[in-house]
Amino acid sequence: MPGAFLPSEYLAILMLLLVGIAFGVITLWIGRYFRVQRPYFEKLVAYESGNPPTEAPRMRFSVKFYTIAILFIVFDVEAIFLYPWALVYDKLGMFALVEMFIFIILLLVGFIYAWKKGNLQWDK
Amino acid sequence: MQILILLVQIAILVGVVLLHVAYATYFERKIIGHMQVRMGPMLVGWHGLLQPIADGIKSFFKEDIIPEQADKPLFLAAPIICLVSMMVSLAVLPFAKGWALADINIGLLFIFAMSSLASYGIILAGWASNSKYTLLGGMRSMAQVISYEISLGLSLVGVMMLSGSLNLTQIVEAQGSSFTGMYIFTQPVAFFVFFVAMLAETNRVPFDLPEAETELVSGYCTEYSGMRYAMFFMAEYIGMFVMASIGVVCFLGGWNGPFNVPFFPPIWFILKVYLIMFVFIWIRATLPRYRYDQLMTIGWKLLIPLALGNIFFTGLVKIVIN
Repeated sequence: MPGAFLPSEYLAILMLLLVGIAFGVITLWIGRYFRVQRPYFEKLVAYESGNPPTEAPRMRFSVKFYTIAILFIVFDVEAIFLYPWALVYDKLGMFALVEMFIFIILLLVGFIYAWKKGNLQWDK
Repeated sequence: MQILILLVQIAILVGVVLLHVAYATYFERKIIGHMQVRMGPMLVGWHGLLQPIADGIKSFFKEDIIPEQADKPLFLAAPIICLVSMMVSLAVLPFAKGWALADINIGLLFIFAMSSLASYGIILAGWASNSKYTLLGGMRSMAQVISYEISLGLSLVGVMMLSGSLNLTQIVEAQGSSFTGMYIFTQPVAFFVFFVAMLAETNRVPFDLPEAETELVSGYCTEYSGMRYAMFFMAEYIGMFVMASIGVVCFLGGWNGPFNVPFFPPIWFILKVYLIMFVFIWIRATLPRYRYDQLMTIGWKLLIPLALGNIFFTGLVKIVIN
């Protein structure tokens, strides 16, 4: 559909974005004049089940999160590659199927490697 | 002039959806109440019908606590990022033919992009609050959302292959021309993958690990109070609405009735969205929560291979039929 790229369509999205931001900011801003504001030390301390906080809150976290993030990038890009492929699938026919099969096989090798390596296993 | 018309349309859309979101919380409490053989909210208004409004007014007047250790700009911005990115995806939803605010040709991709932006709000909230619970909740939420986003994206490739479009209106129209008027019959595996991924994306039970109250208090919004907390809440429910709408558009035939039974189209759309929302709530009342490693295992080892297999199978069937 060539005519669908009219900027006016995206104007609506831009406006909704601005309205959304305005909604959030204005609600909070007006609320300032109505809500109670009585801060004291105990209230402003980070919650830790009633105890005074121990150690720095920004502790180290598991390296697993990083590997998951890297895998995510690989697979998300794959998914994005599949979108245009899916759209023109009818026109390309057999060629598209074989081509995408090869592409997915290549990725599957990486996927199986990560699997065997234990990167998908959280409790190891 | 055009801008004025757009503003009115946006006001109607946002107003309707926010009202819907408010009453979605009411229905959730009511349905879970009845499933657990109790009444749910009863006191404010007839059968508690004014409860969501009372809740909104209450959170508006609550103190806005900003922890001393918090990273203030990020802490203040996070709920708004969450809410806005969810709200913007409303623009492309077609409630009936021509009833989409922005009928862009990459509608589905746009919704994915926006729901990914919402996870920035979550991780920023977790980081900026400077508390252990919020950081853990934010990290978990991030890992969960990005893991399930892959299967969510892959599950819809089958629908794209059948309809040949990313435009939500065209997807619905392509479905209307098929025999059953719904892709759920031709893409059952994709629907299963989509549904599970949808539960995880919107942080619903059984995948509500980010806010598992037994271990992480309230997850990434532990330090938030008053209106900002309400904004996270609204974002979550708008997210549910958007995801349910994608499900309706891609698998349940959008505004067309089942087997193309004619009726006022937006009613069909809303009824189907309510059906999916009801199943969300039903699942919440029924299932216990998964462990975190089980969650990751399901996402990576079950859903992604299933979704890839489904794509390949769909391609094969299409070749054979042609």
